Parts: sequence; structure tokens; C-alpha cells
Amino acid sequence: MTSPLEQKKIRITGPSVVTANRTWDGAVVYRTAQKGWSTELSDSAIVSTSDDARALLAEATADDVGAVGPYIAPVEIKDGGKVKPGNLREQIRAKGVTIDLQVPA
Amino acid sequence: MPLVKQGRITTDLFVHVADGAELPGDGAVLVTAERFLADPEALLRRPGKVGVVWPNNRNLDDLVPHLDRLASVALVFPTFRDGRAYSQARLLRERYGYDGELRATGQVLRDQFVFMTRAGFDAFEVKKDADADAFAETMKRYSVFYQPTGDGRVTALNRRMQQRHSESAGQ
Amino acid sequence: MYAYDELDRTLINERVSEFRDQVKRRLSGELTEDEFKILRLQNGVYLQLHAYMFRVAIPYGTLSTKQLRRLAHVARRYDRGYGHFTTRQNIQFNWIKLAELPDALADLAEVGIHAMQTSGNNMRNVTSDQWAGVAPGEIEDPRIWSELIRQHTTLHPEFSFLPRKFKIAITASEHDRAAIKIHDIGLRLHKNADGETGFEVLVGGGLGRTPFIAKTIKPFVHGRDVLSYIEAILRVYNQYGRRDNIYKARIKILVHELGIEKFAKEVEEEWKQMGDSELRLDHAAIEEVRSRFSYPAYEKLPHMPDELKQAAHDPLFERWRKNSVSPHKVQGYSIVTLSLKPVGGPPGDATAEQMDALADLADKYSFGEVRVGHEQNLALPHVAKRDLPALFKALDRLGLATPNVNLVTDIIACPGLDYCSLANARSIPIAQELTRRFANHDTAGLIGRLHINISGCINACGHHHVGHIGILGVEKNGEEFYQITIGGRADENAQMGTLIGPAVPYAEVADVIEDIVEAYLALRDRPEELFVDTVKRLGVEPFRERVYATR
Repeated sequence: MTSPLEQKKIRITGPSVVTANRTWDGAVVYRTAQKGWSTELSDSAIVSTSDDARALLAEATADDVGAVGPYIAPVEIKDGGKVKPGNLREQIRAKGVTIDLQVPA
Repeated sequence: MPLVKQGRITTDLFVHVADGAELPGDGAVLVTAERFLADPEALLRRPGKVGVVWPNNRNLDDLVPHLDRLASVALVFPTFRDGRAYSQARLLRERYGYDGELRATGQVLRDQFVFMTRAGFDAFEVKKDADADAFAETMKRYSVFYQPTGDGRVTALNRRMQQRHSESAGQ
Repeated sequence: MYAYDELDRTLINERVSEFRDQVKRRLSGELTEDEFKILRLQNGVYLQLHAYMFRVAIPYGTLSTKQLRRLAHVARRYDRGYGHFTTRQNIQFNWIKLAELPDALADLAEVGIHAMQTSGNNMRNVTSDQWAGVAPGEIEDPRIWSELIRQHTTLHPEFSFLPRKFKIAITASEHDRAAIKIHDIGLRLHKNADGETGFEVLVGGGLGRTPFIAKTIKPFVHGRDVLSYIEAILRVYNQYGRRDNIYKARIKILVHELGIEKFAKEVEEEWKQMGDSELRLDHAAIEEVRSRFSYPAYEKLPHMPDELKQAAHDPLFERWRKNSVSPHKVQGYSIVTLSLKPVGGPPGDATAEQMDALADLADKYSFGEVRVGHEQNLALPHVAKRDLPALFKALDRLGLATPNVNLVTDIIACPGLDYCSLANARSIPIAQELTRRFANHDTAGLIGRLHINISGCINACGHHHVGHIGILGVEKNGEEFYQITIGGRADENAQMGTLIGPAVPYAEVADVIEDIVEAYLALRDRPEELFVDTVKRLGVEPFRERVYATR
């Protein structure tokens, strides 16, 4: 996955969200339509045009205290409207590592 | 932008004069390296002190011959992440014996005050007011220093050896 | 062990207070992320995919059991119960909260551990041979010098904002276990004709996007001058290293662009001008640091104790002993390497429970000392041979006796896309699958020494260029692909591996590695010929043919 940290030109080709990490604990968060952050992808504001993506990102970036490193990430909208991460990197961020950690729970 | 000197916020007696701008008739001025080097004698003849803003990517060789007649040298931090001026500062102080004002200019922030002071800076054009207010407090952060610079602070190694020496002398 | 004194303790406590203040200012919004980022990096705090990652230094790879228990405590109290040992004698915690980091640092500071400069564009952890002080034939303990350099470069006012990160490694043995040739500065300790200690200084090694093997800049720098010589190198680099392009900012690029002769001349001139500075280390100064390293009071023990003779009947013990136990400079003692590469496990991970239990074993069997090596394994440096059978049983129960040290399953891997925000592809699942494919330790033993290194991106944290087999994750149209190189090595004969052909998809990597290993078994001219030597003798072509003939 090309690191979105190198994201320069904003051009989206499908439904997208803005995601970042929460400042105080680093948790994965998504920008909501209420101009806040949520740890649930299902709460995220979904944009489908590059202009909207740019606007959402600008608005999210302005909240430097709340979250770190916001960027645009693709999502898939499943039947019934369920939102899923759009690539492997975002799947890993949403669901955790893909490996068996062998750590006693 | 507040100026910190001798550990406190003070009035800046120097005026930064941009290239092409007219020099004030008197009073202290800070001019760019280009302007200074174009005609050092003329600048030094005018009433009022002269300081030079020296870029961090320019060799110090052209500056060194004039050091004893300069009232200030300002070294530049284009961003606080660019550390070239630390080397320039140490060279000016420790190799060339410059003892006039050594000023940090550019993105000068609180969390670099200790490093800057240790490298030889004694005047700071501080970017944020709150950082300037916190200068004295920030300088108290550290009491142990591992490496020698020209700032005269005794290194941890020397303190240990002194201690060892006094212990063995006391026996 | 190096014992901190009041001054060292004061300094790290001051550092913790400073960082506490910086975190507070960040959380209140007084510091922007742009301003804060460097400050947190200089305290070992990255932001990864899921959370902040916290990298703690283990200078020259030496840990006391007290320190190891405290690392376990941090894993348990502030993280998810495990830590990851890296290729540069650090340990990383993957799930730590920024708001709690000052407390974690304060807990570590109590036992003399810090995270200063484990990231950022400054001098990183000074690494050394994990067998320092115990390896037979070592010229002298390189950790004395590592510690002198560590102190000198910690919070250095001139070199805390270099063009890019800067890494030093030191070795004092003929066989280089510290990978000095892939460091910004590599120091090889040796003696001159007068018997005085000094260093061959190498400069400009490094992996990443543009890999280089370090070149010798000066064959002998006297020990007393080592700090001033390093300072001269850093000063030249600080002033002339590129700052316009992050990928060209390491010292290796400056050395390459100037040429080693020109670079050496610049350093020499700077060094001469520095003259007899305060940096010159007199005998007393060196001895001052040396005096704070303590060594075990070894007993006089037989070379072959009865316990060892009896245990020789146990094939599992014998297999482990032959693989993981190495000669010690003192008769009757051994160095025991603990594999952190169990079959199916993430390379380099250890749980808090393992760390605590290992600390108990080290107290019992290794004079309270543990070592960390760049291969992401641990070691107990002073085990009496008579204790080996009992130790083996205890380690086996902990899952720390996998007899695969230096074998095909002793894989070095970066965290990859499972954790890392820079990664293009996953590393750990590839390593896990490979350890399952080669899970039979007898087969692995027949294959012999073979280092596999995996990186999830071009930054090469898994040192893939210098793996006997190197695996590099890349991305093609949103899919994970892997480039395979062979013939690299990281030791005193360090060299970069050669690409064998087009990248292969995730699902095929393990098959390809199996093909390469099978090709080697068919091609080697005798069982003792190591994989890397067969590649050297035959080149990559026969391996390429084998891998791509059917693909």
C-alpha cells in the first residue's frame, strides 16, 4: 500500500472517509459529519467527490489538537449500507493485526 | 517577536534592515551577509552598531575577518529542524573566539533553548510570546551535561573525576 | 553491567520531566503536531497504524534482570502484554497511549532505562556485539567505548538536528556480530603496533532506498581521540549533508557524492582544526567509565562437568546445545542464545510473562544479566556449563529454547504492514509461514546457516539487502508483492544481495523460498558449503532458473 502519508493531490475514485489517530492515545479515528472523531468507521462522514473530500480533510486537519495526521482513505459500501475499509492497510487499522500474536489473553 | 537576552525579555536595540531598504541614519542595525560584504567599511563607518544575519548554508570564512568589529551575529533557523546554525555558533565561539552577541533567529522555540545556549547563543528572537516568558524556567530543565562545549558547563565526566579526586584526597 | 550514578539518573529524570511538560503542552494544544513530532521522536515515540509506538534503548544490548522486569511491567501496565526486540538493540511497545508515556518513561528511568534519541535525526542507540565482554578472542570489551560515545552524543547541543538519523555500531571481535558495515559509522576496535587501543573507522554504510557498504575513512584512530574524530565527522555531516530530500539526507549519500577521499579530507581538516580539545580522553577518563562496568565473579569450573556428560544422552538437549550454546572466554561457562523465533511466532516478540520468567532464570544462571542481539534474539552471557541441562528445561517450558539460531527459521523481520505506517506489505505473516514450512528443526539443521531477512518497505528495517535471502515487500496495484534477493550478508564480509527476478505475490513467497532452498541443497558441493557460499560460487542464475522455470 503506498503510504497515504505521501498523499499529495487529492483525487478520489470512490466513496472515501477521513481517518487519523487520536492525539491522546493514538487510537484509529474517523471524521464524523458532526465535525468530531469516532473510533467507529460506521460513524464516519462519507464523501464521494474530490471537492467534498478536500473540504472534509481541510476541516479535519484544522483540529490539530484532537487527532494526528488525517488523510483520505477509501471505503466500500456494502449492500445494506454497511461501510467497510477499502484496502488492506485500512482493514488492518480497523480490525487490528492479521497475525496470531501468541500472547496470552 | 520578543527578544530574550541575559535570560529575560528585553528591548531589541537592533533594527533588521532588509536588502534594498534604506539604512536609518543612526542606531544599531542587522543587515544581511550580502549587504554587509558588499561594502563592510561603509557600514562600519556609520554611527551605530552593526550586526550581520549569516545564512546557515554559507561558510563562515568571509565573516571571520570582521568579527571583532561586529556587535551582533545572527544565525538562522529556517525551521527548528535545521541544525546547521548550531555548528556555526560553536565554531564562532570556540574556534574564532567571537564574544559579541550571538543571536538565534528564525523558528526559535522553547524546546531548543538549552541546546542553543550550550552552542553559544546568548540572544534569542523567540517566535512565541509564551516561549519567551518561559525562558528562565526552561533553562533550569537540565543540570547534567555529558559533553563539553564552549559554554563552560562542567561535564558529567569531569564532575565524576573531580569527585573521585576529592574522595581520594580526603582519605 | 554499566551502573548509573547520580548524574546519569538525574539526567534521565530531567529528560522525563521535560517530556512530561512537552506532552502536556501538546495535549493542551500549546504545541502543534508539527512542533511536537520531533520532540516525541527524540523520546522514541512514533505514530503507527493503530497507536503510538514506543521504542526504548538497550544500549549495547546489555540488560540487568531488574531492567528486564521493568520492561515486562511496561508491557503489562501500559501496553498489551508484549514487546518487540528490534535489529538495533531496542525494544518496542506497540499500543502505548501518549497521555501515559511520561509515566512509562518515569518507571523505566527508575531502573536506568531511557528512550532518548531512539528516533529522530540525531545519534541513535550506540550498538555493539551482544557477546561483548564474554566472546573468546575479543580484543577488549567494546561497551566501555560504546558508553563513552553514548554519553557524548546524548542531548548533544550541536548534533540533535542532523540532516537525518545517525547510527554507530562497535565491534571488538574478528567476527562482526554488530553489522558495523551497514552503519553510518562503524568502529572496529583493534590495537596498533605499540599495543594501544584504537579503531578502524568506517563511514557511510546503510540500507534503505540506496544501500551502501561502509568504507574505511581512517585505519586507526587512537582511542583517546575517538570522540573528537566522531565529532569531526558529525560536524562535516551537519553542515554539508543534504537537507533538501529526505531520501538523500543520510551521510552515505554525502560520502557517495563527495567520494570517500574528499569526505575523508574534509573530516581530517576539521579534526586537525579541533586540535587538542577537551574531547581528548585521558587514561583516567577512560578508566572512570571502565570502573563502572562490573563483571561476574566467575568460579573455577571444569570444561566438561558431569551434568553435561549425562545430559548428552538427551537428543533434544544435545540438539539445542549444539545450536544455541556458544563458547565463553572463561572455562566452564557458555553463552546461551535464546531464540525469539518460535515456529509460527512473530520474530523478536516476547511476552511480559516470558520477560519476567527469563529475568528469574538470568538471576539464577547468568549473574543477573541478559543480552539483546541485532538478530532479534536474546542471550544469557554467563551460564555455567553444569547448569545448561536445567536451563534448557526451563527455557523450553517458556518457549525460549527453539533450536534454530542462525538457521532458516531464525528470521529477521520488521513489523511490516501489520503495525507500521510506512510499510507497503506485511512481513510478520511471511515469516510465520516460513517458520511453519521449515518447522522440522532437523531439516533446518541439515540446511545449515541461512539468514532470511524480511522488510515491509524500502526503508529496510528488516535489513533485507544483507539477508542470505532477502525479502522486500512492495505494492503493485494495491496488492502485496515481494522482491527476493540472495547472497547478501551483514558480517565482516558484508555485501548486498542480488535480485533474482520479478516480484512474486504474497501467497507464493513461501513456495519460492522453498524452491531456493531446495536448489541450494542440490547445488552445494558439500554439506559444509553454506547457502551464501554456494550463491557466491555459482551466482544467482541457477536459483533464478529454478524459481522462474515453472512460474
